[in-house]
Amino acid sequence: MDLQTLWFAAVAVLWTGFLLLEGFDFGVAALLPVLGRRPADRHLMLRSIGPLWDGNEVWLITAAGAVFAAFPGWYATWLPVLYLPFVLVLLGLIVRAVAFEWRHQSHDPRWDGTWTHVITAGSLIAALGVGAALATTTLGLPIDADGIRVGGSFAGVGWTALLGAVAVGAFSVVHGALFLALKTDGDIRLRARALALRWAPVAALPLLAWALVAHLRYGTPVTAALWAVAALAVLVTWVRIKVDREGQAFAAWAVMLVSSAATIFGAAYPVVVPSTIDPAFDVTIATASVSDYTLTIMTWVAAFGLPVVLGYQAWTYWVFRKRLTAEPQHEDAPAAGTAPAPGEVPA
Amino acid sequence: MDVLDIARWQFGITTVYHFLLVPLTIGLGILLVFLHTMWVRTDNPEWLRLTRFWGKVYLINFVLGVATGLVQEFQFGLAWSEYSRFVGDVFGSLLALEALLAFFLESTFLGLWIFGWGRIPKKVHLAALWAAVIGSIVSAYFIIAANSWMQHPVGVVADDTTGRPVQVDFLAVLSNNTALAAFTHTIVASLMVAGALLVGVGLYHLRKRKLAGRSVDEVDHRVWHRSVRIGGWVSLAAFVLVALTGDWQAKLMYQQQPLKMSSAEALCETEAPASFSIFAWNKLGSNECDDVHSITVPGLLSFLAHNDFSTAVPGVNQLQEEYAEVYGATYPDDPARFGALAGEPVDYQPVLAVTYWSFRLMIGMGAVSAGVAAYALWSTRRGRIPTSRVGVYGSLLAVGAPFVANAAGWVFTEMGRQPFVVVPNPDVPVDEQIWFFTAQAVSPGVTAAEVWTSLVALTLVYGVLAVIEVGLLTRFIRAGITAGDTSPTPVGTGPDDDRREGPDGDAGGAGGDGRERRTPDDDVLQFAY
Ligand code: HDD
Ligand code: HEM
Ligand code: HEM
Repeated sequence: MDLQTLWFAAVAVLWTGFLLLEGFDFGVAALLPVLGRRPADRHLMLRSIGPLWDGNEVWLITAAGAVFAAFPGWYATWLPVLYLPFVLVLLGLIVRAVAFEWRHQSHDPRWDGTWTHVITAGSLIAALGVGAALATTTLGLPIDADGIRVGGSFAGVGWTALLGAVAVGAFSVVHGALFLALKTDGDIRLRARALALRWAPVAALPLLAWALVAHLRYGTPVTAALWAVAALAVLVTWVRIKVDREGQAFAAWAVMLVSSAATIFGAAYPVVVPSTIDPAFDVTIATASVSDYTLTIMTWVAAFGLPVVLGYQAWTYWVFRKRLTAEPQHEDAPAAGTAPAPGEVPA
Repeated sequence: MDVLDIARWQFGITTVYHFLLVPLTIGLGILLVFLHTMWVRTDNPEWLRLTRFWGKVYLINFVLGVATGLVQEFQFGLAWSEYSRFVGDVFGSLLALEALLAFFLESTFLGLWIFGWGRIPKKVHLAALWAAVIGSIVSAYFIIAANSWMQHPVGVVADDTTGRPVQVDFLAVLSNNTALAAFTHTIVASLMVAGALLVGVGLYHLRKRKLAGRSVDEVDHRVWHRSVRIGGWVSLAAFVLVALTGDWQAKLMYQQQPLKMSSAEALCETEAPASFSIFAWNKLGSNECDDVHSITVPGLLSFLAHNDFSTAVPGVNQLQEEYAEVYGATYPDDPARFGALAGEPVDYQPVLAVTYWSFRLMIGMGAVSAGVAAYALWSTRRGRIPTSRVGVYGSLLAVGAPFVANAAGWVFTEMGRQPFVVVPNPDVPVDEQIWFFTAQAVSPGVTAAEVWTSLVALTLVYGVLAVIEVGLLTRFIRAGITAGDTSPTPVGTGPDDDRREGPDGDAGGAGGDGRERRTPDDDVLQFAY
């Protein structure tokens, strides 16, 4: 395997890792208005992702950084074409990050409520936006021979963008529900599980559709097999929730994402930005990449760095592995924020 | 304004904003590591309270640093795509390595530190903070190496066909002397920010407590007193180091970017021959220059000047001519790459008023901060408590000084390298040099309306966030130690930890709002949010 292919794979892994990890915190945030009926529930939900979301977000930074580092031609084409959509994603991520922190700074329920909505809105915007961006970079953007956008500010936002947005949004919501089912106990665990059971089959459809389109356009027998695995994983997810095996359901849903992503990136390879104007204008790994020298250095650093990162991130997940519950005596607390009292029970 | 100007404003505004938060994160992080380590070593509750109070300030600030950093990461691609294409072989890998080696460390271990109180062993918990802060410092190193490469591109050769830099020596990029100097300068400048905050807030609370007739035997008193002493010494020491590293930078700059240095430094001494481009400055300079020299630190400046400038101060004018000869008197006549500036004359002279004043502002504000630190140390010597309104509130106000100095330092560095975004490296023969004009760096496909939209949106959001952030910090700081932390002595900080009782007889602050529950989890939440 040449270095460009290796780094294409690395970039694909980073984006998939981002969706897999940040996906559940996006999902938990999106479910706040649905599952977080009482203040204690909302608190519990936020508590479950509290120690993890920032570490998850670094996957996005690293994924974008790796695109820049390995394929500047990709980075410099993709971002300006979707200039305003990306800015919107950034705004979503900004307000969401500060809302996590600020929500608890005052005991006024209005304050608390506002920031809860901001968390939900910001997370949804970011999830949908990243989905749209990824779908268009795999299915096509209107670029000319110089990689410059043909058309207005939203020329890149067509049905493929919408498909990607819905795909990542829907995936994240079920992923978040499964995460809550896995991480919490009591009433909210049951409700999260019921929600996942009900919606998992539907929520998988847009992602499977995106993968299918990618496969039909540029696929190989391998991507066909990967797609089949993804479809099968949806079934497994459903069956496992049905019999209350949350851990297995969560894992199966993750397999669904990973194989869909593998289908999509596998089909797209070696094109990184297909042009909808003329295939001759496609940006490929060969035209977009940096020198072999730089790729070699990054390969060495990543070969040593990435396992260490994975090791300590896994360790944090292990440290915070216990299920969380809301303390019963505070369930009826009048105002949000005055009842931040979740306890813990062993898993 | 065209896309170029708007994009420059956008980059300047968002980056200066990011860098108002960054030095506090770096500086306070380093001090927190010290405070927390002292607590673990001595078990003295004063250290614990210091850790938890300043730890919370650190967290409130940190999140905004993360949020604004995200914008930075994407901005190179969004608004500066030609720049990204040009420098991709060097620059992108530094950003990616920063994320991989530093940001993961920072965010993962900070999460562990925040939520780990009472959950993981005490020493592991301390190690988590160490890891997070080391992450911040490593991140600073990589990003400054990236920036310094723009100031002084090393370790690359020009590609024969595209003219773009191709990396040939990664270690040279990492050990760029510009980067080493800027990195050390930035880290110690960050310590000045943290030191000033400890001093200002400490003095404020000491005075408040004394006027309220509080006993000096209470823990809170000792905690604030210690804050002031630590902050004061850190500020003073950091100021000395800032001057030394700054001197190092100035000497390098004299070799590497002489035009930047002469516009910043030699303004008064050089009686530049009158020419068109310098006229405006001459007026400004001859009117105000002498005053300025008397307010700044005269010894320091003349020391800098004499070491380097007596030899040969190639006047701004002469340098401008030399540059025009080598790099072209006009931009290439290529509207696709240079936009409205194609074929126009290049002004190699950075905006004089900006370089000149920002340099002085940086040093002046640093000196103000050092002065305040000296005052604080003097007025709290041997347990004394200052009650002077002017002194104490002045010190509180002066918390802003090192922030301004930091911003000014960057404005100087960045605007001083105009019109280049990648400045040619004079150590290499001219025909092998690499340079890139800011005018050709901007994204060609992006419209002015788009950049306007993002500029306005980001500025508005940043403005709102600033108001809330300052409000929250002020409220938290004003409330004092116990209010921010109803459980200042956590009930056991780990499975293997000796369990401790609640606060040791302190009555200060507004703590104890009647809620008696003190589960470890509560404690975590108190702290985390
Ligand atoms: C001297 C230090 C320094 C400088 C010049 C910059 N930053 Fe920064 N940055 C940090 C020091 C730092 C930090 C101390 O590591 C931060 C600040 C607060 C924080 O959370 O980490 C951070 C956060 C931060 C983050 C979020 C990291 C996370 O999620 O944990 C990103 C993506 C960037 N920065 C990117 C940039 C870029 C692209 C810059 C160039 C314009 C830049 N920063 C300038
Ligand atoms: C964090 C501290 C920094 C501050 C406060 C800062 C400030 C600024 C300012 C004020 C400008 C606008 C200059 C002008 O338009 O005349 C600018 C431009 C720029 N800076 Fe920085 N900068 C910082 C760090 C960096 C770093 C670390 C990098 C690269 C890694 C960088 C890369 C750039 C680029 C690409 C531009 C746009 C081109 C230009 O206008 O010159 N800056 N910066
Ligand atoms: C006391 C004497 C000081 C001297 C002689 C000095 C010198 C310098 C010089 C020459 C530069 C430009 C480097 C370049 O463009 O390559 C610089 C930049 C900078 N200075 Fe200072 N400085 C001093 C004090 C301070 C203080 C007090 C602070 C803040 C508390 C500060 C913060 C900065 C920052 C953040 C930068 C931009 C980053 C960098 O290039 O390092 N400086 N300084």
